[in-house]
Amino acid sequence: MRHWIEKQRYIIDFTISSLLRRKVKNFGLLALYTLIVFILASTMFFTYSIKKEASLILKDAPEIVVQKIVAGRHDLLPVSYLDTIKNIRGVAAVESRLWGYYYDSLVGANYTLLVPPANGNSADNAQSPAKTTVVEGEPGIDKSKPLFELNGAVLEPGTLIIGNGIARLRDIGKGDYMPFLTFDGNVVNFRIAGTLSSQSELVSADLMLITGEDFRKLFGIDNSYVTDLTVVVNNPSEIATVASKIKKRLPQARPIIRDEILRTYDSIFNWRGGMMIVIFSAAVLAFVIFAWDKASGLSAGERREIGILKAVGWETSDVIQMKFWEGAMISLTAFFTGVILAYVHVFFTGSLVFEPALKGWSSLYPNFELTPFVNLEQLTTLFFLTVVPYTVATIVPIWRAATIDPDSAMRFTGD
Amino acid sequence: MRNSSLFLIYTSSGVVLLSLLLAHASLSETAQQENLKEKAMLVKTLKLTDLCLFTEARYTRHLSQADLNTAFQDHPLSLEHFPSGSFTQPPERMSERP
Repeated sequence: MRHWIEKQRYIIDFTISSLLRRKVKNFGLLALYTLIVFILASTMFFTYSIKKEASLILKDAPEIVVQKIVAGRHDLLPVSYLDTIKNIRGVAAVESRLWGYYYDSLVGANYTLLVPPANGNSADNAQSPAKTTVVEGEPGIDKSKPLFELNGAVLEPGTLIIGNGIARLRDIGKGDYMPFLTFDGNVVNFRIAGTLSSQSELVSADLMLITGEDFRKLFGIDNSYVTDLTVVVNNPSEIATVASKIKKRLPQARPIIRDEILRTYDSIFNWRGGMMIVIFSAAVLAFVIFAWDKASGLSAGERREIGILKAVGWETSDVIQMKFWEGAMISLTAFFTGVILAYVHVFFTGSLVFEPALKGWSSLYPNFELTPFVNLEQLTTLFFLTVVPYTVATIVPIWRAATIDPDSAMRFTGD
Repeated sequence: MRNSSLFLIYTSSGVVLLSLLLAHASLSETAQQENLKEKAMLVKTLKLTDLCLFTEARYTRHLSQADLNTAFQDHPLSLEHFPSGSFTQPPERMSERP
């Protein structure tokens, strides 16, 4: 065993010296290979983590959301739908939601205005001036810690609670005023009562919490309409059945079940879609070029080197071992460097390389730190996708070259 | 030092670093539980349906709530033109046959 280890070490010594003789070519190859691993690993880490985070965050999203569709477009929903749905067997509760978008031309950003549940979003309590505290807790959660970063701030008519992304973009905070253009052209000022925590930006960067009364005044929405409904079902296994019953009773309704919401985020950043396929195609193409370069044969210099090695007594198996180590060394170095850099890139620098593409045309972008959901399985997949094909592609042409006669190998000068 | 020793040191340090990163991932996951819980709580309390990833258009802001004819809603010939559209796929139900 000791003899075998020592032999391998000598082969490795020789292989490294041989690689260093062709510095430019091999360092170029290593840099490109590392870049491919880096892009693949970054994509894999980012997409897996965001999908996993989405599934954990959205697990308590509404069981069913009911929209009204008119001429193929989302439309305001009459409050009378509420009673129709309540009467369906299996429905535990129905609540209305009031939400919409506001385009701020000053910064070119879209905000999502939302009325917190039970804050005047239904016709019955739209006129209620009652104050509603949005600092809430739930059993099992530390009640001393406010849900929102408000320090006891209260949402009342004439005030807003804004997401941290908006606060950052507009450079505003608690106590400041924000002007809004109402549906009839008037300007109204809302006081900022507080901001949502920066930790929650992935779901709340562009959110503005507003009272139901103010929401209706701002957009001119009648009390008999809401944006959509959320439905709670008694038995979770009956969600799909209840959704189909809703569709049957209210043909204009479009029920969206929680499973569909979760599946939407499962298919986001899917490797088959858009930018991902471009990244993967580029990486695969580069790999094919590598493999082709290796598999299509050796250069005259490499052939001569093999010929000389065989002439001085190297066995065919020794030559193959040398080339195996050459492939393994390049691919292992590229793998370790690429994966480590990708981890730092995604989880320490906030995916700096992907950022411009992710931001797109938005001027309001959430500042969020991804939770690193990385496991051994992902690393193994990456290893088999990158290291193994290259190492194998290096061995095959060597087998052909190593079995030929040393004399003809040394005489062979053309490619 | 022999070249083979250098290679061995590099490979070993690579393995150690990768193991440390895996440990970091596992520790961060535990440390981030509170943060994840806070976000999940916000989703539950406010009855939110989507992540705030792309705010450039209403159908990219609320991917799960988008109209079925999203790509054509701005103009009859308007295919998806926002950069974020290149990251997302049409909802699965679009390709499902009833």
